[in-house]
Amino acid sequence: MKIIVCIKQVPDTANVRLDPETHTLKREGVESIVNPFDLFALEAALRLREELGGAITAITMGPPQAAEVIKEAIGYGVDDGLLVSDRAFAGADTWATTRALAAAVEHLGGADLIVCGKQAVDGDTAQVGPGLAQRLDLPQVAFVKGWREISDGHLVLERQMDDGFDVVRLPLPGLITVVREVGEPRPPSLKGKMRAKKYQVPAVGAAELGLDPAEVGLAGSHTEVVKVFAPQAGGDRLMLGGTAEEAGARVIDLLVEAKVIAGGA
Amino acid sequence: MDYFLTEEQEMIRDLARQIAQERIKPIRAQLDEAEEFPHEIIKALGQADLFGIIIPEEYGGLGGGCLENCLAVEELSRACVGCSTSYAASFLGAYPILLYGSKEQKEKYLPAIASGETLAAFALTESASGSDAASIKTEAVRQGDEYILRGSKQWITNGGEAGVYTVVAITDRSKGPRGASAFIVEPGDPGFSVGKKESKLGIRASATAELIFNDCRIPADRLLSREGMGFVVAMRTFDQSRPGVGAQGVGLAQGALDEAAAFAKTRKQFGKPIITFQAVAHMLADMATKIEAGRALVYATARYIDSGAKDIGKVSAMSKLFPTDVAMEVTTNAVQILGGHGYMRDYPVEKMMRDAKILQIYEGTNQIQRNVIGQELNKEYGRKK
Ligand SMILES: Cc1cc2nc3c(=O)[nH]c(=O)nc-3n(C[C@H](O)[C@H](O)[C@H](O)COP(=O)(O)OP(=O)(O)OC[C@H]3O[C@@H](n4cnc5c(N)ncnc54)[C@H](O)[C@@H]3O)c2cc1C
Repeated sequence: MKIIVCIKQVPDTANVRLDPETHTLKREGVESIVNPFDLFALEAALRLREELGGAITAITMGPPQAAEVIKEAIGYGVDDGLLVSDRAFAGADTWATTRALAAAVEHLGGADLIVCGKQAVDGDTAQVGPGLAQRLDLPQVAFVKGWREISDGHLVLERQMDDGFDVVRLPLPGLITVVREVGEPRPPSLKGKMRAKKYQVPAVGAAELGLDPAEVGLAGSHTEVVKVFAPQAGGDRLMLGGTAEEAGARVIDLLVEAKVIAGGA
Repeated sequence: MDYFLTEEQEMIRDLARQIAQERIKPIRAQLDEAEEFPHEIIKALGQADLFGIIIPEEYGGLGGGCLENCLAVEELSRACVGCSTSYAASFLGAYPILLYGSKEQKEKYLPAIASGETLAAFALTESASGSDAASIKTEAVRQGDEYILRGSKQWITNGGEAGVYTVVAITDRSKGPRGASAFIVEPGDPGFSVGKKESKLGIRASATAELIFNDCRIPADRLLSREGMGFVVAMRTFDQSRPGVGAQGVGLAQGALDEAAAFAKTRKQFGKPIITFQAVAHMLADMATKIEAGRALVYATARYIDSGAKDIGKVSAMSKLFPTDVAMEVTTNAVQILGGHGYMRDYPVEKMMRDAKILQIYEGTNQIQRNVIGQELNKEYGRKK
């Protein structure tokens, strides 16, 4: 089984702050980490490799320092990595990102399975996984929370839904995006970390991938960011006093009054 | 303090710290309360390669030594000694194979121990034989291509959880201490069973159980080294492992100091944080000083052992004795500094105090360590005359 995992370097959002003037993320001095959802993608790939054998390649698109996340992935036990990096890729929206990633997957000779995290915590679009599948004309299942059956030819997956889950059969080659329930990421391993220290991350740019600079990066993006702003916290607040029973009864009255719930006998 | 660790040693320390912080700390109270063996933690430590630290690379390990082992044990102990005991006891069971096993024995057992897939255990103590190890009764009789083991072992860490047991038994009673031998026993061996699991004051996440050998038949090639080498195997094993118990003391005491100092900074009485009272600050100062002294002793001893030195009995005993006495004192004082809060299960220090006691008892009580040191001094000063 040949598995490709897509991972992204993101600012550690637990510590990120907004610039009050421009409303953009203040990235300076904020540590970069592997997108937390991508750790679940790595874990899923490692578990599948344990069962089915084969090799895992981690790919990331980003500036040269994004090579760090490839090294981290090596520390977790993936076999190889690829950094997709070029000035021309800067400012890419999800459309342009999937263009570059699709070319990178083809550059690697394709895969039996591509695994992505459900979304990145900086952009929060959840579009790159499904978009990449579309670009590569692969069947896909998003929000995978586990599997019931795995083989080289197909996977029977559980897809997380708001109200329970679906069971879906995915023929391979295909693409999945995974959610947290797929399994707690294992710790990195000492042997992996030692290998990562010496690992030279292979890198490819637009030219090696045969991409026209006009199709990638800002030039190849269709998204235009008009304005970024923090939503105003608004609405009225009402504090209810009295005992819990009294306050509870009052809440019900108010909800009925506001026609949020139906009143009844 | 910078102990000038290599990059690799720092990596081991940091990874053990990460697992202790992220995996062990959040569940230590629950493991303690339920007296539950930490299977998930053991699995994570295996995935992180931490069970391979002292195993040579040719057997799937990392080829590290005593210092690397101490660094990992210290960090795990800072979070939970119940978990670190289960971890370290696997090395205690592995050392006899590592030090005295044949190539075949090493090939058969060490890779699974290194990966964490198999836990090891070491069985010497019996109901009537603790400090006086030479008085053990369990015997092994050669019969054709087999040994038949009869007797039982008491309070064996990882009992019932381990996949490999190294067991010391008497093969020739007439030879006294030179009549003991060490064997490898597997859980599936006919006549072997695990008895009662003990309920304990501390390190409640660790499993402590009785091992029963009821005419237990094992192939003769399970003998480690030669007949008669049993106590040599045991003593050389303890020489290697005792700094690890010292490291448990250092880590545990550090964990207690972390809690006590943080509490003393935020707890206010008489309008001031209690750390501003000299009586409290001096307690913390003594705690920190003794912990650092213990750490320095453990690291220095571990480095000395790793240099290949032979005369390690005395320093090995010192490196177990001092930091574990410090751990008992520091954890007791941590409870004192937290006052009533420290006595409650809502705070981790009462568990730390309960956990500390075992470090003064197992792998040779601290009285026995003093005996070892005293005997060595007697010899040394006898020679100088
Ligand atoms: C939780 C736990 C886990 C353990 N795990 C293992 C294990 O994995 N494998 C294993 O083989 N054993 C294990 N043990 C056994 C442990 O090593 C023994 O408890 C220890 O060696 C002391 O023996 P004892 O308890 O019989 O005490 P005793 O030897 O009966 O000693 C009682 C007291 O007398 C003192 N004393 C005895 N002789 C002398 C002397 N000559 N001079 C001065 N004082 C002396 C002791 O210091 C102690 O204070 C474990 C014990 C416990 C409690």
